[in-house]
Amino acid sequence: MNWFYFSSPASFYRLAGWTAPWFFAASLLLGIAGLYVAFMVAPTDAQQGEVYRVIFLHVPAAWMSMFLYFIIACYGAATLAFRARLAAMMARALAPTGAMFTFLALWTGSFWGRPTWGTYWVWDARLTSELVLLFLYFGLIALSNAFEDPRRGDRAAALLAIIGVVNLPIIYFSVHWWNTLHQGSSVNMQGASMHVAMLWGMLLMALCFWTYAIGVAMVRVRSIILERERRTRWVRGLAR
Amino acid sequence: MNIAVQGGLGIASPGSFGGGFSWAFARDLMLAVRHPGETLLVVAFFVLVASLFPLGVGAEPQLLQRIGPGVIWVCALLAAFLSLPGLFATDYADGSLEQMMLSPHPMAGWASGKIAAHWVMSGLPLTALSPLLGLQYGLAPDTLAILAASLALGTPVLSLLGSACTALALGARGGGVLLALLALPLFVPVLIFGAGAADAQAASLSPAPHLSLLGAGLILAVMTLPFAACAAIRIAVD
Repeated sequence: MNWFYFSSPASFYRLAGWTAPWFFAASLLLGIAGLYVAFMVAPTDAQQGEVYRVIFLHVPAAWMSMFLYFIIACYGAATLAFRARLAAMMARALAPTGAMFTFLALWTGSFWGRPTWGTYWVWDARLTSELVLLFLYFGLIALSNAFEDPRRGDRAAALLAIIGVVNLPIIYFSVHWWNTLHQGSSVNMQGASMHVAMLWGMLLMALCFWTYAIGVAMVRVRSIILERERRTRWVRGLAR
Repeated sequence: MNIAVQGGLGIASPGSFGGGFSWAFARDLMLAVRHPGETLLVVAFFVLVASLFPLGVGAEPQLLQRIGPGVIWVCALLAAFLSLPGLFATDYADGSLEQMMLSPHPMAGWASGKIAAHWVMSGLPLTALSPLLGLQYGLAPDTLAILAASLALGTPVLSLLGSACTALALGARGGGVLLALLALPLFVPVLIFGAGAADAQAASLSPAPHLSLLGAGLILAVMTLPFAACAAIRIAVD
């Protein structure tokens, strides 16, 4: 078996076309199941009431915002180390989705904060570092599109992604390192300090977001491949 | 500026980190001395913006004492940011940067020298002037000292972070705004701990944790960011 078969844009274009609908279908099913658990099965929180149900969007979105940045940085390392063309295209395809999830995490968080903390926004370490992550995503997108030569944009954005990775542990550990208004995490390696239905709702929604992110990245990378490879014979063959 | 490149590159001699560092440091300082206007503009900007705040927010002494360290830090950050294009962009535009890459000295050496010279021309004057601006805000003498110490530790980190960002943005469209989007978010931790140190001193708490974190950040930045800047220059010149 040739492990690098799908690292060629031409073969990955076909793979992405086949798999994208399956990821979207999985995302839809997981989303329906997750929202059912979130609104029908999970009990009302003893302290926060119904408002806590925002976490079923908020926590998975925040996880995805950090995870996608990490994946983009890994693709960035592959771009710089191996000059892998497809890795740079995948990083480009994932960045808007990562920015969307970061924005979603901030947005849902402030909707939760208003009734619970009494304010839409506080400048604590968790919120500030997540906001910096949003700007890092914007910087990545802007830098990758700032050059005439797209390969130059790929490599510059890859280096920026690797530098920006310093922010991820700061976001993740901010609730431990500083005394923040944002609560500590309820889910960790030792188990979860919450009702099992709440945990299942969050995990289902996280898987829904995850499969959505893969599906949308597949669709986006197909357009990027077509645009970059437009002078090749196989793309011209597609148009015929 | 090409005159300064030709002398001293030492094509015949074997290269070394220290040789490249001292050569680039001396060259950029000489250029700055011959065009003192650019350095003075940065300092003038710093003083001017810091003087605008009392006019904008009102001149009550207690309010000024409260916001003083933060305002001075934000002004220092903007001044350091505004002077970034002089670090690599002019040398990139006239081709000197490519000549330097041909020199026998390792890239990290002369890049570090340029970054150090940038700090001497931007961070150092701002640090030296900060007590004077602090007096405008009615800060106590011990707070002034901590403010200057936090600037002395923090502004080199700004120069180092800025060097990597400005090297990434070499030859990009929409240079200035793009550079702001890249650099300013990365400056945020420096701002938080720098202003935090002076704020803690003003509130009679120990500024030591903030200063220690700034120092740790400086060590980490010195060890890693010159190499990031070199990688970015290679991408730009490639």
